[in-house]
Amino acid sequence: MSSATQTTNRRDVLGTSALRPDGAAKVQGRFEFSSDLHAENMLWGATLRSPHPYARIVSIDLSAAYKITGVEAIITAEDVPGKKTYGLISSDQPVFAQDFVRYVGEPIAAVAADHPETCRRALAAIKVEYEVLEPLTDAAQAINPSTPSIHPDGNIIRRQQIITGDQNLEGEIIVEGTYEVGMQDQAFLGLEAALALPESGGNGIEMYVATQWLHEDQKQIAACLDLPCEKVRLTLGGVGGAFGAREDISLQVHCALLALRTSRPIKMQYGREESFYGHVHRHPAKIFIRHHATRSGEIQRIEAKLVFDGGAYASTSSAVLINGVTHIQGPYRCPNATIDGYAVRTNNPPCGAMRGFGVVQACYAHESQMDKLAVACGLSPVEIRLRNAMVTGDKLITGQVIESVAPVARCIRETDAIAMPAPLARTAHPLEIVGGSGLTSLPHNIVRGVGWGVSIKNLMYSETFDDFATARCQLKDGVATLKYATVEVGQGFVVLAPQIARSVLGVDEVILDTVDTGIGSAGSTSASRQTWMSGGAVDGACRLVRQRLFEHVGKKYNIDPLRLAIEDTDVVDMIGDFRISVTEASTGVLIDETHEHHHRPTEELDENGQGNCHVAFAFVAHRAVVDVDVELGLVKVIQIATAQDVGRVLNPTAALGQIEGGIAQGLGLAVMEEIVLDNGKMRNPSFTDYLLPTALDAPTVVAVMIEEPEPQAPLGAKGIGEPPCISVTPAIAAAIRNATGKELPRVPIRPQDICF
Amino acid sequence: MSVLVPRTLKDALQAISANPSAQLIQGGTDLMVEINFNHRKPTDVIALRRVDELKSVYIDAKKSQVTIGAGLPYQQMEHGEIAQYIPALAQAARTVGSPQIRSAGSIGGNLGTCSPAGDALPVLSALDATINLQTADSSRTIAIHDFMVGVKRNARQPGEIIVSTTLPIVSGWQGYAKVGVRNAMVISVASCCLVVDRTNGTIAVALGAVGPTIIRCRETESWLASQIDLKTKATVSPNLLQEFGDRIANESKPIDDHRSTAAYRRHAVSVLARRMLTRANNQ
Repeated sequence: MSSATQTTNRRDVLGTSALRPDGAAKVQGRFEFSSDLHAENMLWGATLRSPHPYARIVSIDLSAAYKITGVEAIITAEDVPGKKTYGLISSDQPVFAQDFVRYVGEPIAAVAADHPETCRRALAAIKVEYEVLEPLTDAAQAINPSTPSIHPDGNIIRRQQIITGDQNLEGEIIVEGTYEVGMQDQAFLGLEAALALPESGGNGIEMYVATQWLHEDQKQIAACLDLPCEKVRLTLGGVGGAFGAREDISLQVHCALLALRTSRPIKMQYGREESFYGHVHRHPAKIFIRHHATRSGEIQRIEAKLVFDGGAYASTSSAVLINGVTHIQGPYRCPNATIDGYAVRTNNPPCGAMRGFGVVQACYAHESQMDKLAVACGLSPVEIRLRNAMVTGDKLITGQVIESVAPVARCIRETDAIAMPAPLARTAHPLEIVGGSGLTSLPHNIVRGVGWGVSIKNLMYSETFDDFATARCQLKDGVATLKYATVEVGQGFVVLAPQIARSVLGVDEVILDTVDTGIGSAGSTSASRQTWMSGGAVDGACRLVRQRLFEHVGKKYNIDPLRLAIEDTDVVDMIGDFRISVTEASTGVLIDETHEHHHRPTEELDENGQGNCHVAFAFVAHRAVVDVDVELGLVKVIQIATAQDVGRVLNPTAALGQIEGGIAQGLGLAVMEEIVLDNGKMRNPSFTDYLLPTALDAPTVVAVMIEEPEPQAPLGAKGIGEPPCISVTPAIAAAIRNATGKELPRVPIRPQDICF
Repeated sequence: MSVLVPRTLKDALQAISANPSAQLIQGGTDLMVEINFNHRKPTDVIALRRVDELKSVYIDAKKSQVTIGAGLPYQQMEHGEIAQYIPALAQAARTVGSPQIRSAGSIGGNLGTCSPAGDALPVLSALDATINLQTADSSRTIAIHDFMVGVKRNARQPGEIIVSTTLPIVSGWQGYAKVGVRNAMVISVASCCLVVDRTNGTIAVALGAVGPTIIRCRETESWLASQIDLKTKATVSPNLLQEFGDRIANESKPIDDHRSTAAYRRHAVSVLARRMLTRANNQ
């Protein structure tokens, strides 16, 4: 079982590159991921999945599977005691398929047995009779009202228009295009895993699980189990990456049900192939967009139609769509807009949250357009963007006024000022050249290209969602203990939280309590929100504790608490000579405070897409330099220059890590990462064929952090997790266009797209 | 599942003789994946990784040939004597997987699996390598071209162990190039090995991942030998170079799959072959 309590006692305050307390263990292979969990007397659980993208279940015969020695339980839809479905926004996804299966990989039954191999045999012995149906795999067809519905809720998950300003304006310059984004996988390394421990009597359960949001899981699991929330206690299992793929329930309910049925601990874990079937992906999207501008390049109006393929179930599709339509203008002023967006259901794998959340697709389209507009106006890619760059106070196409710090022009200028990489040397080492170890190319086969991408990204949840965060701080004998349910997926809250406590309280030692549902929600580790939200909660709790400490010291030493302050590790009288260490000041007393941080309220969009639906925004610019072997269609990204609007840097190393990691993920989408579908079936559910960038594919990253503290943000810091992966994709695509002269309207760009 | 781990070739041969249908495993970089995916469930396994005799390298200067043990890890072919005498093999070895895979994978494994995407196989084909097989009481040598029978099928008989391969040391340029969608650690989309034998005035071109097995482009080879004198370096005219590439493409038999398209693969092998022929004449 994980001992989630970690102690750190270095003098690492905000602004320093404090080291992650879990870093060495992760590098050395000692970190306990949820797949390492183990309990005495435990059974293994496994899932039977649909081989068909769309079929009616005629019958399920469990008799042969039950005859296998070691099989302890087999459960199907009829064994779900509570709600038969779950889902993040609308509860439309069956725990187990009932009458129909709607995507390849949809769970039908789960088995508990004494060994994974027994599970495998039992799954093979379950006989399911299907009536195979013609799948709906084309999102455009799903919009057509004459297409039969594949789900009782219909094929359109949400439609949202944005109608503002002059609907008939025609610009002097008009450019248009249709852009497509393929289905990307989050490809976290730590596979889905959970351990469920039933309470004796079967009326409660304790779970250790790798997730992004403990309290949301708790709520959904409890509803399916028909148990009150307090009877479902969740503790965070070690998480190896998430990127949105752990927002939805995967194996949690199955694991809990099996544990309650067998009264034994159940361990479930997916392998890599099952993981591809077991979690949602990034929405494939097709976006038509037309820009109207003046001859000097000033954007006057945009028209767009966006279609996001949500796959078989809703997941977060409606929120992804809202991000898509509300970000389609990019970080540029635009007074008039005619936008129509759809998120639809198909028999493709379900899609939901992934880093960038709908903005990635929109950004690829609007940045491709900006380059077309630059050409049409005779301007450089930099100049067209500077001319239209939004500033604080500008109104978005939703009518929302940008109140955030908005240094768009500064992001572009500072990126532009970064030195270009040296030209490819004639004597370059083969591994520095396109093709790498494949020795396909020599320097004279290569053309270098440069491209730009700039983006705007909302932070936190939108449209009235109050995704608050809770934290508790206790101070005793100079040691601060922090308790919260903030999930660490690798983003670094595990190092940031103690930095905050040290800065506010002047302590050295900070203990991080177990991350579980024994405290209020922290919201999801997603939407670039935990530094702002949970950071705000920890900061708030520590400030309350500090206040109480000053009151205690003031009373004891007869000083007005208002005169007291923390200086380094001491409590000092700002006017007089009094000075006492925090350790001494807090000896023998226990101060215990809890704080909830809420962001400002937001509104739903009306039917014309108007409303203050987002909390805040962050901006970033990327410039990509690529080498292209045009004849073979091979690409190597040489350098990414970036200037990112971060508000304030709280931990330089951690911030750079987010930037470099996001760039690698955006690079993947630009040139290699795609789940290839054939009539609803995945062709490449493995790391052999779903290619991720290697060290030889990762470019040199030169990053500038633009620090203009955000007044709304508790620590002045904006979320930095998502922006790095958003505009780097169109920047790389633009650089490849620059090198090849090809239009390249779709990512990922494949070799055959370049050379034919 | 039983696993035997012999320490000598003799013990290994006796083990396979006693149980001719036992599954042989060398580095396990293919087989373990198959087992983990439940695609294969061998009941008896003979692990050859501890047999040092299978990792030997013998350079026979008189016969001008190199014999490489079937279990020699790719990592050990990247540099040193093998790279000096058979540079194309060193280049192919470097393209295999990651450092971890290269320290486990071997030519024996490539031959055993006999995938058309096996990185070493085009080199063996272009060099007309011979494969040396043994049983407990006999041995035989078979040409690589006869050894590769079809997609993941070879001529190894039950009871035999692939012990080594023998490759000639050729005077003249040779090279290997492989196209993948990323710059390292990638399964071949198309690959090509080109060997010029200046002594005999011949050229050999072998293609990987564009047919059921490795494809030797014999028609193009003899056509080119009739067009130019391969005993000396010569500038190949653009038209001739173009036709060379086109002929190579025509001899390939690629398919569409999730890794690439037939059209791209055909194009890629023509480009690789043209580029290597140019390199052969420039260096």
